[in-house]
Amino acid sequence: MSDPIIKIENMNKWFGDFQVLKDINLEVEANKKIVVCGPSGSGKSTLIRCINRLEEHQKGSIVVDGNELSEKTKDIEKIRANVGMVFQQFNLFPHLSILDNCTLAPIWVKKMPKKEAEELALNQLKKVQIDDQANKYPGQLSGGQQQRCAIARALCMQPKIMLFDEPTSALDPEMIKEVLDAMVSLAKGGMTMIVVTHEMGFAKEVADEVIFMDEGMIIEKANTKEFFANPKSDRTKLFLSQIL
Amino acid sequence: MNALNFLKPNRDNLKNHVLIGSFLILVGLLDVIINSFLKINIVSFLPGSLSSFFPLILGLIGLTMIRIDYSGNKNLDLLNKNINTNTFNALLTLIIIFTLIKALPPSLSWMILDANISGDSKDACTGTGACWTYIKVWFRRFMYGMYPNEFHWRINTAFILVIALGFVGYFMKENLKKYLALYYVIIYPIIAYLVIYYLISGGSFGLQWVETGAWGGLSLTFIVSFFCLIFCFPLGMIFALGRRSNLPAIKYISICYIEFWRGVPLITVLFMSSVMFPMFLPEDFFMDKLVRVIIAITLFEAAYCAEVIRGGLQSLPRGQYDAAKSLGMGYWKMHIFVILPQALKLVIPGIANTFLALVKDTPLIFVVGLAEIAGMLAMAKTNPKWLGFAMEGYIFAAIIFWIICYAMSKYSYNLEAKYKTER
Repeated sequence: MSDPIIKIENMNKWFGDFQVLKDINLEVEANKKIVVCGPSGSGKSTLIRCINRLEEHQKGSIVVDGNELSEKTKDIEKIRANVGMVFQQFNLFPHLSILDNCTLAPIWVKKMPKKEAEELALNQLKKVQIDDQANKYPGQLSGGQQQRCAIARALCMQPKIMLFDEPTSALDPEMIKEVLDAMVSLAKGGMTMIVVTHEMGFAKEVADEVIFMDEGMIIEKANTKEFFANPKSDRTKLFLSQIL
Repeated sequence: MNALNFLKPNRDNLKNHVLIGSFLILVGLLDVIINSFLKINIVSFLPGSLSSFFPLILGLIGLTMIRIDYSGNKNLDLLNKNINTNTFNALLTLIIIFTLIKALPPSLSWMILDANISGDSKDACTGTGACWTYIKVWFRRFMYGMYPNEFHWRINTAFILVIALGFVGYFMKENLKKYLALYYVIIYPIIAYLVIYYLISGGSFGLQWVETGAWGGLSLTFIVSFFCLIFCFPLGMIFALGRRSNLPAIKYISICYIEFWRGVPLITVLFMSSVMFPMFLPEDFFMDKLVRVIIAITLFEAAYCAEVIRGGLQSLPRGQYDAAKSLGMGYWKMHIFVILPQALKLVIPGIANTFLALVKDTPLIFVVGLAEIAGMLAMAKTNPKWLGFAMEGYIFAAIIFWIICYAMSKYSYNLEAKYKTER
């Protein structure tokens, strides 16, 4: 077994008095695909936002790619540059064209020459099949196209880990497939992925492990086949019976 | 067709009603026009108050008659929808139109027909109208203040240079564009300052020294507004960011600064800058009054700018911050490339508002003895040879300020349109 690329130990997080995450323990090895599911308000999003420190945890430890995340972490930007993230609301930069959205961070964070960054961006946009929209602005694209652009933008930083925070929840049903297709081909390319989603079909197809969360705790963690075939806890069974 | 049907306007008797209605409105209009231009009351045979309400009543009946929904006539529908929806609106429309007609002849005759512009002394003004001679004679003073006449070319040259330098940004090469902000925030003000200092102040290169006390008129308005605008914006930006900072020291300094300057009247700030401020300085340290005034106004307006910009920063969704951070951008990169471009675009109307207010606040520097255009007016109107022409002067100043401010607001609309990328 190789060293885990993400290692979370006894992590706790509070929003004020409310404890959102309770004693989270999780190890993710490189190139594994993890799907996190659970009812809303169970802390799934908070968990993956903690992994690139968009949220700060109060207790326990998170180690990402050998760097511990804490108040003392100096170069949080460097760690984040290696962890791509895709959001539910796409969060593209509306004042920049699709191409500029993708090249902004490589040029200014990674100091990549402009030409090289544009080549890379067009390459990534081609992979998600929106390279013909490169000069449009986000407001002119459909939700599915925007989300695929967001995926391409994150990939332009050539991250080691990709986090997906309910990437299809804000999309119309017919657009979900195009985004999932992009994610599947990314998964097949060997990326380490943690995906918060309700798309169980996607989980069955690509996930190595599925994690079920409720009330801030990891209730069940099992490999995909096992998870769907015979879930152990009653809470998981109930959830699966409702969602499938 | 029975009588009742005929009285009720509808599409069937459209033509008759429109004809009769228009005729009645026209008679009403004609009455008012004749009354105000020729001073003849054609309905004087009617008893007292009725004769003055006569056009209003006629017009109201006329407008009621032409109020036909879906008449099929585009212009008529437009008229009915906008100014003739019901009796009350029709009445308001008539009152406004009649008031304008009534007010037009006196103002026309005062401003143009009975006005004088020839001659170069007060005696030339013989008419009952405005005395534009006054403006003509004092024009140079209103533009350049007490600046010596033979050196006015220096002010003109300086302004042309500064304006030309302002356009440099448009012609910058593509690979220099990233230094645009640096140019406008730091280099441009310094060059402009040097140009104005060496050309208008003089003192070297064989140019005679002209102290700032002699500067004045519209040129001073421009100088003060120019420097205040160009400095207060970046300063406001810094305090807006400061107020949202996570570092308590920076945050509270920003809050104190903003609340202090927003809480004091500009006139007291100006007064302090010129009277009290020098007392706190070492004796051999000298700072020109004009510079002190510019600094005071800049600090004052920066507080307003800061709050306007903060409004823009707050209206951005949190996701924009998240996305920028998740791409590995630090605080400054995130703000320069993602947050500020969007926030500033949102606050263009608010910033334009602040800047217009700033330009119109400049006359207040009169309290410290600097006479820009309104100040020169106040001085000119008390000149013993030219007493009694305050009206002409203030109208002149109002027109000048309106032109400046209208140009600025037009420019802000252009900027808004230029940076509009969403939807």
